[in-house]
Amino acid sequence: MDNIAIVGVAQTKYAERKKDKTCADLVFDVTRAAMEDAGLALEDVDNVVTVSNDFIDGRTISSMAVGDAAGAHDKNISTVEGDGAFGALYGAMRTLGGFGTTLVVAHAKGSEGDVKFITNGMFEPIYQRLLGLESISSSALQARMYMDRYGLTEEDFARVSVKNHANGKNNPYAHLQLDVTVDDVMNSEKLADPLKKLDCSPVSDGAAAIIIANESHISKAKTKPVWVRGMAHCSDAYLLGDRDLAVPQSLAAASKKAYTMAGINDPMKSIDLVELYDAFSYMEPMWLEGMGFCEAGKGATLLDQGVTAMSGALPVNPSGGVLSSHAMLVAGLARIIESVLQLRGEAGQRQVENAKTALAHGINGACGQAHCVWILGNQKK
Amino acid sequence: MEKWLEHVEPLTFKGQIAVPYTWWAGETGSLFLMGLRDKETIMGCRCNSCGTVYVPPRRTCAQCFTDTGEWVQLGNKGTVQSYTIVRFSHPLQPVEAPFAYAMIQLDGADVSLVHLIKKDLDKLEKGVRVRACFKEKSERKGHILDIDGFEII
Amino acid sequence: MAQKVAIVGTGQTDHKSHRPDVTGQEMIREAVDRALEDCGITIRDIDAIVIGNMDHFESINYVDNWSIEGSGGFMKPIMKVTTGGTTGASVAIAAYYHVASGMFDRVLAIGWEKNSESDTTGAIITCSDPIWDRFSYSGAIPSLATEATAYMKQYGATQEDAARVAVRDRNNALNNPHAHLQRPITLEDVMSSPMLAHPIKLLDVCPRTDGACAVVFAADGEAQRLAKKPAWIHASAVRHTYSWFGDSTDYDAGLVSLARASQEAYKKAGITDPSRELDVAELYLPYTYAGIKWIEDLKFCGRGEGAKFVREGNTNMDGMIPVNPSGGVISTNCIGATALLRVAEASIQVMGKGGKRQLPKVNKALATGFGGCFWSDVMILGAERS
Repeated sequence: MDNIAIVGVAQTKYAERKKDKTCADLVFDVTRAAMEDAGLALEDVDNVVTVSNDFIDGRTISSMAVGDAAGAHDKNISTVEGDGAFGALYGAMRTLGGFGTTLVVAHAKGSEGDVKFITNGMFEPIYQRLLGLESISSSALQARMYMDRYGLTEEDFARVSVKNHANGKNNPYAHLQLDVTVDDVMNSEKLADPLKKLDCSPVSDGAAAIIIANESHISKAKTKPVWVRGMAHCSDAYLLGDRDLAVPQSLAAASKKAYTMAGINDPMKSIDLVELYDAFSYMEPMWLEGMGFCEAGKGATLLDQGVTAMSGALPVNPSGGVLSSHAMLVAGLARIIESVLQLRGEAGQRQVENAKTALAHGINGACGQAHCVWILGNQKK
Repeated sequence: MEKWLEHVEPLTFKGQIAVPYTWWAGETGSLFLMGLRDKETIMGCRCNSCGTVYVPPRRTCAQCFTDTGEWVQLGNKGTVQSYTIVRFSHPLQPVEAPFAYAMIQLDGADVSLVHLIKKDLDKLEKGVRVRACFKEKSERKGHILDIDGFEII
Repeated sequence: MAQKVAIVGTGQTDHKSHRPDVTGQEMIREAVDRALEDCGITIRDIDAIVIGNMDHFESINYVDNWSIEGSGGFMKPIMKVTTGGTTGASVAIAAYYHVASGMFDRVLAIGWEKNSESDTTGAIITCSDPIWDRFSYSGAIPSLATEATAYMKQYGATQEDAARVAVRDRNNALNNPHAHLQRPITLEDVMSSPMLAHPIKLLDVCPRTDGACAVVFAADGEAQRLAKKPAWIHASAVRHTYSWFGDSTDYDAGLVSLARASQEAYKKAGITDPSRELDVAELYLPYTYAGIKWIEDLKFCGRGEGAKFVREGNTNMDGMIPVNPSGGVISTNCIGATALLRVAEASIQVMGKGGKRQLPKVNKALATGFGGCFWSDVMILGAERS
């Protein structure tokens, strides 16, 4: 298999409502910015993968609105519907399978739709959708099962929110720039027990793009390449009742495969930082368990021991995570972008010192049914 | 105020995807829904290969990727495996908040059914026993909400 | 270096207007089971899955996640690729890259649609821009009708010229046990069918179908083990150039996306005279006029010669370049599966598994996809390892 690297990245600032830009405008902005970052011209990018969702955009063939804006005129293009980490994965496959340079771009304007209707559309139409399930209530079922299984408390989750919001304050791209305490989280509006408002990510508008290059094309780019050392994806069963919601087995499988590809035996030792998809506070410790950074049920202990803090052995979500900015679809790509910035040493106030290897992560479906894991490094091997 | 807003009024355009849908429940799903409507019974099905009893029943066991076979009549009672008390209201919800969603493992089933609990919310915890409450016969129409909800025993 | 890739198995449902007996997942499984059986493997041998359809035909968000019971994706890598009418071809191309990348050896591509579950035109209309186009856009048929009238005016083609395409495809479908419409038709039947949007009549257009298609792609080495005669992917090309319907009204220029994509694919596959070098073409012709016009963009014949080319029998089963032995889109249209069915049918011809619809000696086959905003996808398959 060839070596591939990420040679350009760009993202908008995430915001509650971008009134001045259409989806195509956002895509155009980040496409141009990613090419500028890489020092590549339009003709240097030989194909495009867009990421969009017809429910979010309120439009059948939502990809139709953004192809031109992504510079795909007269080029090979395809569209992944799902989180941007999965779109990037297809972009990586194309870069391994014959293309030289692939642009992957994702956009979402959560402000233009109703996220509850959109996420209700994930649920089985005959048996589940009519119950009114959507992302918050279904995630609450998962959070409760996780707490009951391992004796965790709502405060354990609140501390994740406090940490990530504090990190988000150092990230100029973050949507929320909040000072919050455990008490603030605990006293925030109750939505679906055990989840409260500050346990949940915001609904953001934004877009992000990356450029992936085959090693044969890397010299054209001006940036320091960030190498793709491992990647994998995997899906669990569909119906919530069929799954053990407290154990993310599809994440464990994807992580294991990505580690093998990257030649990693002990992730805690080999990985310097993690950017994971914390759509809700409880997800961070649960995903860390799935990724094999600790035993099942011990994810919250990592935070209590300071391991996941900026000063710890494994800083998690230095960007502030999805809890600070949640443009759906874009969020997984934003995890990759933050990892790239960290590995290039360009993360400013939130820079993790000596970062050499990072894990970036995206999810699809209800309660993390499917996961996508990326291992990135500033060294080729 | 952002600069562009000094000379531009940010106009919006309202719309919705309003396509009517008619999902076929299929042979397996229709039998299950008929059981709710006509007999107040909850039917599951057992995988021929791994023995897992599924509800709602389905033709394929996703784990084995083989046909499920035998129909199994499940109890109308079960045990709560997880739950959430929903505090916000939304047009999608079939009842006014607060109410609960619960993952209920019915007696005889190996997986959980997600459904509603409308009262005694303060008594909810993992492991509580619940019973299905069916709508009146005249109101049942072969629908997952022919079970009005579950009540704590 | 890209890994060489071949198709080793295909499966499709017996397509019908309504499948009340199954849910979408159950219908998908029928196609998957048949594809696995075709190459003698089980779901355990599949390394990854790509699935596609169009969301608003069934209103299922995250179809990759929803499909697991039918696709066999439990604890496997699965992703969704969707690009409107071209979805099936985009799924095939994505499955190709899954294998070509070297990451996976056996990949399942799935396209499906249950068009009986919604109002197809009601859903299609929402592909137009919500602010600028949606108030005036009335679906696929009228927008294709504008292309047809422009072509007729330019080259003097007649409604009868187009009708011959329907007669050819619908009669070919009689040899395809999976085809949805299985009633023979005559030129008079087409001409006397109700006018929908001038000059398009009811029998000029594709039906709405419930159905699914699954195709197994395998890596070099593995492909030869799984199939006696694998269908190797020689080239693929894609052009989804327009975003606005008004962008593509230069009808004199032909279907530009198809002309460009096919030129690129011919070049990659070393084809210089397509109508002689290709042995069969499975074309995504959603309506009959495409069957005379778009074959010009594919360089089967010169500009304005499409009607004559078809009239002279060149695209018949015994012609120079047989088009749509399967009966094509005019006979079966489960939209998310439609372009994948073209790829499947082209590979069936290369593998020699076409039964009554099999052509003698197929060495090179062309499959196309059409959709979105006058977009095209092209794939060339061949018997030779390439």
